[in-house]
Amino acid sequence: MTSPCGYGTIACPAMSHSLSPVEFRVPPVDAVALETRAADLGTRSIKKKAKVQGLCLAISMMDLTTLEGMDSPGKVRQLCQKAMRPLPARADVPSCAAVCVYPDLVEVAAAAVRGSTVQVAAVATGFPSGRTDRPTKLREVQLAVAAGATEIDMVIDRGAFLAGRYGQVFDEICAVKEVCGDAHLKVILETGELRTYDNIRRACRIALLAGGDFLKTSTGKVAPASTLPVVLLMLEAVRDHYLETGRMVGVKAAGGIRTSKDALKYLVLVAETCGDRWLSPQWFRFGASSLLNDVLMQLEKERTGRYQRPTDFSAD
Amino acid sequence: MAKNDQKTQDSAAKPELEFGRVWRYEQAPEATDHVTIAPRHELFVDGAWTKPKSGEHFATIDPATEKTLSEVAQAGDKDVDAAVKAAQRAFPKWKALSGEDRARYLFRIARILLERAREFAVLETLDNGKPIKETRDVDVPLAAQHFFYHAGWADKLDLLFPGQTPAPLGVVGQVIPWNFPLLMAAWKIAPALAAGNTVVLKPAETSPLTALRLCEVLQQAGLPPGVVNVITGDGRTGQALVRHPGLAKVAFTGSTEVGKEIQKAVAGRGVELTLELGGKAAHVVFEDAALDQAVEGVVRGIFFNQGHVCCAGSRLLVQESVHDLFVEKLQRRMARIRVGSPLDKNTDMGAIHSKAQLARIRELCAAGAEGGASMHQAACDLPGKGFWFPPTMFTGVSMSHRIAREEVFGPVLAVLTFRTPEEAVEKANNTSYGLSAGIWTDKGARILWCAERMKAGVVWNNTFNRFDAASPFGGFKESGFGREGGRQGMRAYVKLEGGLLPG
Repeated sequence: MTSPCGYGTIACPAMSHSLSPVEFRVPPVDAVALETRAADLGTRSIKKKAKVQGLCLAISMMDLTTLEGMDSPGKVRQLCQKAMRPLPARADVPSCAAVCVYPDLVEVAAAAVRGSTVQVAAVATGFPSGRTDRPTKLREVQLAVAAGATEIDMVIDRGAFLAGRYGQVFDEICAVKEVCGDAHLKVILETGELRTYDNIRRACRIALLAGGDFLKTSTGKVAPASTLPVVLLMLEAVRDHYLETGRMVGVKAAGGIRTSKDALKYLVLVAETCGDRWLSPQWFRFGASSLLNDVLMQLEKERTGRYQRPTDFSAD
Repeated sequence: MAKNDQKTQDSAAKPELEFGRVWRYEQAPEATDHVTIAPRHELFVDGAWTKPKSGEHFATIDPATEKTLSEVAQAGDKDVDAAVKAAQRAFPKWKALSGEDRARYLFRIARILLERAREFAVLETLDNGKPIKETRDVDVPLAAQHFFYHAGWADKLDLLFPGQTPAPLGVVGQVIPWNFPLLMAAWKIAPALAAGNTVVLKPAETSPLTALRLCEVLQQAGLPPGVVNVITGDGRTGQALVRHPGLAKVAFTGSTEVGKEIQKAVAGRGVELTLELGGKAAHVVFEDAALDQAVEGVVRGIFFNQGHVCCAGSRLLVQESVHDLFVEKLQRRMARIRVGSPLDKNTDMGAIHSKAQLARIRELCAAGAEGGASMHQAACDLPGKGFWFPPTMFTGVSMSHRIAREEVFGPVLAVLTFRTPEEAVEKANNTSYGLSAGIWTDKGARILWCAERMKAGVVWNNTFNRFDAASPFGGFKESGFGREGGRQGMRAYVKLEGGLLPG
């Protein structure tokens, strides 16, 4: 077993290899049993009021995302509009948590959401591969924050991680955290590249110790992206970290979540693993683009008893 | 002094999780309107519903509501005799069928069972009290799997026993328990028929409805009359059945006490016997195990089917170095178990099967508390009507405690500790039972080391309560003898004639 390790013991985040490899040791994960538990929770039946409540919660947790080479200021403004008022005719449908864009579009997004509760998240640090040098990564973060990003979604150095250079991964997260300032730091583990649950559990520990505010599954550019067992494992990691240190850290499931049914399954994982305090946009997020319209369609179906046409919802 | 201060501070600031206030699941009851239950059930003898010559009927109730579901017949000596005679009459023809033809019937039964899966799941939940989640995902699919699996052996018996000629035994008397009524019926009937035997089955008197409904499936499948006969009744019926001179074999699943009686009754008669009896299985959790998953496994091991499982992991042996952490995790997890209406799709634990069983669980828990062990029960709102007991764990248990030795057959876990692998194995084996065991460790060599030394018929590693028709199941010592499932299970339903090579 690893000894409880308060992250407060780390003197200087920028210090090189400030933790010994033993600090990154984690309990083993049994893949079969983890997947069984995730599948078991996936069979919960969420109906009627609980369904409406869950779907509204899911909307409020959404980071509406566009991360394409062909993104334009116009597209980002549309996305912001959608995030602020997902269903303009229905005042009871909440706004999304954030929009998530590349750094060069942060300014456009920040202007568009001004005055609303919607946050602007920027992917940075050489997203999605992270294959660039550290000064460039830090510079990218600084620019995004200066342009108005209130949340930074960084990627970890998978090359270093898979080579066993955990200290390097840790140091880099610490350094990014430092330049984030007040901006919230989401640490993307890119679980699809880490492959094993043991790796993912270790990456969680590194990000937790380094002071990440959120653990995020994926960039959305690598398959598999978010899966139920991976998110269950991450929730267990933040739960244990909280019980050990008292510090809450959020989880963001990103990529591949397209249906209301899936979103509700994730919420069940949160509700039965971490509990009430994580059932809020402050501590759980969905990174998605097409999910929102499916959720809206299901909400309208619950309200009216009929399915609307897909074209009844704006494509953004 | 300083240490005390530290402790007070810690307990005041200790972070804890909160559950169930922000987002409550709505009730999600499974529909029951597609299941009609006749007010009275007769005996299924010679392919037809037959009124009992005893003229007696008794009620079977829903343990979650205590409402009467139906009346079933009490088979007396004459009824038992009629059933055995019907099976004897059917035997020559059934035995003479080709394996392929017998397989055809078994496949048909399996398919019809799956087509009617929802009906069977609901009926089982009503009659037994177990959650619909389990009947839907475990009992019914596994029952069908047993028919599918054994259908596959029916025309390959000569491959099972190379160099020998397998032949059916004759009429098999089968007595099954109330904890998996349909599944146990499938475990018993499928291999017997595949090998060419005919059957008289007696379901438990508190849960007879699915076995009786299975007779409808047999009729639908066109199974010849008399091949399977189902007679209901209490212990007297069972006694009459196992004492009947027309039987070639008796197969029993149930309590050790009754098992011993049956063994006496068949002794010296040249009747084959297999017994699958009680258990007091141990989980052995080593410090290097994947603890979060081990917690899930322990929960599945003891709270699955309200703990009404002969192979339930009712003892937890946890390495001393992780005892506190593991118990804390377990307690937190136990509080998340949803106890309530068995028909609700989100229910994890349903009703205790009967008033008598509830009394037995209460008695043993009282003995545990008296013996000085500390009892931890999950706080849950239990319904007013019906038989209920919350998920329960005892810590500070010693090996001599009744809760560490006697089979509770309920949702009650006894936690003990060990320091070395030798001590773990010794404690795990220190029981009069030997049905199952669970080993939780990340080390492959240790798994094998432990498994070799466990005196248990089934040893699960990093999992628990997993069943498959291809995997033999059965016990050591007072857990009985003989195996069910797999090749070994088929052996119990044939006699091997001569050592001559066939053909």
